[in-house]
Amino acid sequence: MSELASESDKHRSELASESDRHRRELLVIKGVRLYGEGDPVDMLVADGVIADVGTGLEGPEAVDAHGLVALPGFVDLHTHLREPGREDTETIETGSVAAALGGYTAVFAMANTDPVADNAVVVEHVWRRGREVGLVDVHPVGAVTAGLAGQRLAELGTMARSEAAVRIFSDDGHCVADPLLMRRALEYTRGLGAVVAQHAEEPRLTAGAQAHEGERAARLGLAGWPAAAEEAIVARDCLLAKQVDARLHVCHVSTAGTVDVLRWAKARGTKVSAEVTPHHLALTDERLTGYDPVNKVNPPLRTASDVQVLREALAEGVVDCVATDHAPHAEQDKNCEWSAARPGMLGLQTALSVVVDTMVRPGMLDWRGVARVMSERPAQIAGLVDQGRPLAIGEPATLVLVDPRDSWVVRGADLASIAGNTPFEGMRLPGVVRMTLLRGRVTARRSTTGGGGT
Amino acid sequence: MAPRSRGATDPGGERHLLSSGDVARTVARMAHQIIEKTALGGPTARSVVLLGIPAGGVPLAERLAAAVAEFSGVRIGLGRLDVTLYRDDLRRRPHRPLSSTVLPEGGIDDKLVVLVDDVLYSGRTVRAALDALRDAGRPGAVQLAVLVDRGHRELPVRADYVGKNVPTSHGEQVVVTFTETDGTDGVYLRREAHHEESQS
Amino acid sequence: MRHLLSTAGMSPAAAETLLDTAETLKKTLLGREVRKLPTLRGRTVVTLFHENSTRTRVSFEVAGKWMSADVINVSASGSSASKGESLRDTATTLSAAGADLVVVRHPASGAAHRLAGWLSSTNTAVVNAGDGTHEHPTQALLDAATLRERLGTIAGRRIAIVGDVLHSRVARSNAYLLSALGADVVLVAPPTLTPVGAATWAEPGAGGTVTVSHDLDAELPTVDAVMMLRVQAERVIGDVANFFPSVREYSAAYGLDGRRLGLLPEHAVVLHPGPMLRGMEIASTVADSPRAAINDQVRNGVHVRMAVLYHLLAGKDEGA
Repeated sequence: MSELASESDKHRSELASESDRHRRELLVIKGVRLYGEGDPVDMLVADGVIADVGTGLEGPEAVDAHGLVALPGFVDLHTHLREPGREDTETIETGSVAAALGGYTAVFAMANTDPVADNAVVVEHVWRRGREVGLVDVHPVGAVTAGLAGQRLAELGTMARSEAAVRIFSDDGHCVADPLLMRRALEYTRGLGAVVAQHAEEPRLTAGAQAHEGERAARLGLAGWPAAAEEAIVARDCLLAKQVDARLHVCHVSTAGTVDVLRWAKARGTKVSAEVTPHHLALTDERLTGYDPVNKVNPPLRTASDVQVLREALAEGVVDCVATDHAPHAEQDKNCEWSAARPGMLGLQTALSVVVDTMVRPGMLDWRGVARVMSERPAQIAGLVDQGRPLAIGEPATLVLVDPRDSWVVRGADLASIAGNTPFEGMRLPGVVRMTLLRGRVTARRSTTGGGGT
Repeated sequence: MAPRSRGATDPGGERHLLSSGDVARTVARMAHQIIEKTALGGPTARSVVLLGIPAGGVPLAERLAAAVAEFSGVRIGLGRLDVTLYRDDLRRRPHRPLSSTVLPEGGIDDKLVVLVDDVLYSGRTVRAALDALRDAGRPGAVQLAVLVDRGHRELPVRADYVGKNVPTSHGEQVVVTFTETDGTDGVYLRREAHHEESQS
Repeated sequence: MRHLLSTAGMSPAAAETLLDTAETLKKTLLGREVRKLPTLRGRTVVTLFHENSTRTRVSFEVAGKWMSADVINVSASGSSASKGESLRDTATTLSAAGADLVVVRHPASGAAHRLAGWLSSTNTAVVNAGDGTHEHPTQALLDAATLRERLGTIAGRRIAIVGDVLHSRVARSNAYLLSALGADVVLVAPPTLTPVGAATWAEPGAGGTVTVSHDLDAELPTVDAVMMLRVQAERVIGDVANFFPSVREYSAAYGLDGRRLGLLPEHAVVLHPGPMLRGMEIASTVADSPRAAINDQVRNGVHVRMAVLYHLLAGKDEGA
């Protein structure tokens, strides 16, 4: 595992020269199972698209993919790349490497940078840096309100019409708490073909909150973050979205109650979609004993019963997709007392493995389902036309090869992100991303990990 | 610390130094010596206080006080002095629980205090006891009575009353048992090398 | 014992040992002109207080000095903490400078646990002197010592803890410790100030219980002791927090006045961790009555803290 970061660096430099060659030359992926279904096939990649699928295909460069599963490249609706402003924790470049290694081919970079991505200049900068790095499609998320202050709308139309073509707006980190402002944002974005992604947290109910309001937090003396603070906003926003016939996306659903609200809202025809993070699928507030802020995140880790309901909701489709809420933080902002620590966790490189561990292994999701929740649905929600496409002849060769039998041990220091704040430190997780392709170009490649399997 | 069961041919190599009867005779002899040396009951004599050092010194002091009263008809002061808080080796040993200190009615000021312990070894316990005494009052004089002196002094300390001198090596352990605390009276020499054991 | 961070999870045997040591120390020093033991000569104790608390800091300082430790007081306002140095750096600096034990008071829950983690590779011990709204273990120990002294035993006793339980580290530490020692603890607070799941606070296997009540008058006739918690009015009452409508209503519902004192059994004891707000949670007549053990608590605090220092600093480290 220790070669991971350096390996990715090497790949990146190789890719700069290799990319054009690959665009014209042929790559054959041998013996892969599409969506983990049927017999192994060969896949011919040429000119950025899947040129052929069959058996006995040959090409100048062959990739042995026996035992691997091919899925459409993952799309993350919720990533913090920290550039501009906190380049000491992550940059668009390092975040792109992490994304590619995690199997992602598109990420949405949240607006809470410094300066805030609430204008065309910042979103275009993010967009352009992402293109220069070229490992993953970096789509900036625009702020809903100027400066994330929750007072007045940012220039949503200008950002939508900019070169970055912003289609998701979010004040993530802050809730658009004012109901009138939220209503206006929903209405306004409807006309732009965009969606508002709400960080659902009623601020009056979470003043000073440090942990899920429950027995664990009460014993630890940590101020509670009640589930109702999320559920109340989700319910309100679903009503507003229905009222003005707009689309709503709910960020990082964390409670069983929110799942109930979403189920109800969808049943009555509300255009609402929702995401769940890998950590809310895997971890509970039991982790808080010991006060290690690596477990501090917003919304907070909840209870085992919430986790179970979230897994079921994801399998069922009530929660549409997985989004990482990848949130790099500097060592000094995590290795401190709990209340002083910043909330957030790394997620890009561990997301697939957590989904395999929590959803695939227990039989709640098959590989077709993984493609749905990590690629197809997020692409649809974001309106990306060239991501989350079927693995079929003529489609973009934007895909990921996963080794379902191998496993790896997470080490924050070995991850490509500058920060190392993973809550999965030291854990052995199943499922390894072997290769990621973005429109036919190899953006990440990982040899066997020695953890078994191939 | 006290062995609960033992045979004459203990594989640990235990040697019986004083039998139950020996202990009784030794205590009686020490009591006579105390009466004599302190001129107990004499016109110029100081009043005497026996202070047992926990754990082994406490039952011994009680026995001595009873014997002194029996032989001389004089009831002398009796108390106990825990020296744990004054030890200089607290950080070298596992944690020690505290025992209680009880001074007799009338205190120890200007009295002749006889410190009583079961075994005299390095002398460090006695040093700690002298420090503890200083905080408890100002005796007119201090003497020391021990059932067994096993040698190997590390400080210039000498006992005024000795029940039995026993030459030992460092690897050996002197075990004193009293009926009150251990069910039987006796002194044993154990060959097991418990260097860390509390022997002083 | 490597650190003293909480009473949660403390075994009754360990607690009894500390209380026994405190009692012995109290007797040892009783009536002495010179209250000085050489036990911790050459050991350095640092009190690191990020919150003001004269009584707790002084109690630790006296405890350390009576045992001949060198006691150094560091307060956040008078140290590098106010210049933005992290708690971690402060702690490691103090350890490197030779502190054998750090007594820490901090507004963040869990701060003492974090400190112990940062100092795990050193020999420096940590004593939690109050972390946020989490725990205050030495306060609970001194309360237990006072109850044992006044009531003889703790096991089987019924003890009411009254007031702002939600924000009280004293309530948490006492609920864990007293129930572990076999007492039945009843937490009396309005629902707004009752923590989630407080009725589950008794440790598995505890000799006693922890229950919740909202009716002080109903509890008083059957308790052996009543512990009044300090109310921080600015945190609890008013238009920001709205935990309670007014000081007057709080006093009427949860204050201990002369009438309520009359509801208590003859032998019952009144405790308060201080500082008291007379007229708010406790009437002056009650605070000054012979039933109140408030000054005993302060006295016992020194002996309990001496016992804690003794158990942490005297004796070879047996590997936590």
